[in-house]
Amino acid sequence: MSDHAEVLDTSTGLDSRKLAIWTFIGSECMFFASLISNYLVHKEQWMSGPGPFPHEAWTDPATGKVLEPIIEVPLVTVGTALLLFSSLFIVLALYGAQRGRRGMMLGWLGATIMCGLFFVGMQVYEFTHFVHKGLTLQRNLFGASFFTLTGFHGTHVTIGVIWLITMFILALRGQLTPERSLKLEMAALYWHFVDVVWIIIFPVVYLIK
Amino acid sequence: MAHAAAHEEPEAGHPTPGTYAKIGLFLFVLTALEVGLYEITYGEHAGAFGHAIMPFFIPLLLGLSAIKFALVAMFYMHLKQDHRLFSGVFVFPLIIATIVILSLVVLMAYHWAFATGG
Repeated sequence: MSDHAEVLDTSTGLDSRKLAIWTFIGSECMFFASLISNYLVHKEQWMSGPGPFPHEAWTDPATGKVLEPIIEVPLVTVGTALLLFSSLFIVLALYGAQRGRRGMMLGWLGATIMCGLFFVGMQVYEFTHFVHKGLTLQRNLFGASFFTLTGFHGTHVTIGVIWLITMFILALRGQLTPERSLKLEMAALYWHFVDVVWIIIFPVVYLIK
Repeated sequence: MAHAAAHEEPEAGHPTPGTYAKIGLFLFVLTALEVGLYEITYGEHAGAFGHAIMPFFIPLLLGLSAIKFALVAMFYMHLKQDHRLFSGVFVFPLIIATIVILSLVVLMAYHWAFATGG
């Protein structure tokens, strides 16, 4: 296993690839902090612009048409739960990979990929639904900051799914041996990061009014 | 089965699949709590209790999220067992990120209040 017990011939004594992925994740914290800040600082200004809004109904003064609140908490809750469970599944896949248990690794890795695909599908459905309800990137401050924040997160999830599918193919070919399990560990760390970012985005965007 | 059971033994402080599953279940419960809080505070069936906890809604929600975040980072990302350098490389930017978010929110709230004469 690639943990601190293993001392490598590097300046830190640690595997440079693992240090690199942690450094990348650290930089991603700053990236998402800027997007979350952008969302929050515009939150107070939404009501001055045209609707639709996340939690409040809006009446168009020109046409008198009422636009209902746009956020659908139950659908996103299911997506959130699946993303959380996918973190459990990937850690079990890594457990199997580090111990040479191929069946366990493949099974849980497949389950993780399915959860990731469902989450991406949920987000595509949500975005399409919002556009049909009149919310676009250009429509108002909420639309601009919402699509930017959740869109970038969705892109990260999509990249994560592609990375995990690559790992699945390597595992099928028998190339993810316990000695090479660091490849999966790096993908798993990225996947967990995508999950913890959503842990913040979910209440900030969908639950807090 | 005996071979499989032998692999379930904890090694060098690493959690077992059972521990991972318990944490997963706890994370699920915390998420259900978050959504439950939202429903009783702002949902269709919001009542007097929801109205009473409204001032604490945001701190409670952020607290639950912080617990979930810490559990995933410590156990699933193995920061609890791994070398401290990994924790430093992750936590340092995380602290800066939190300061950036709080600073911008406070700054812009002040700006909008000043701009509107509030």
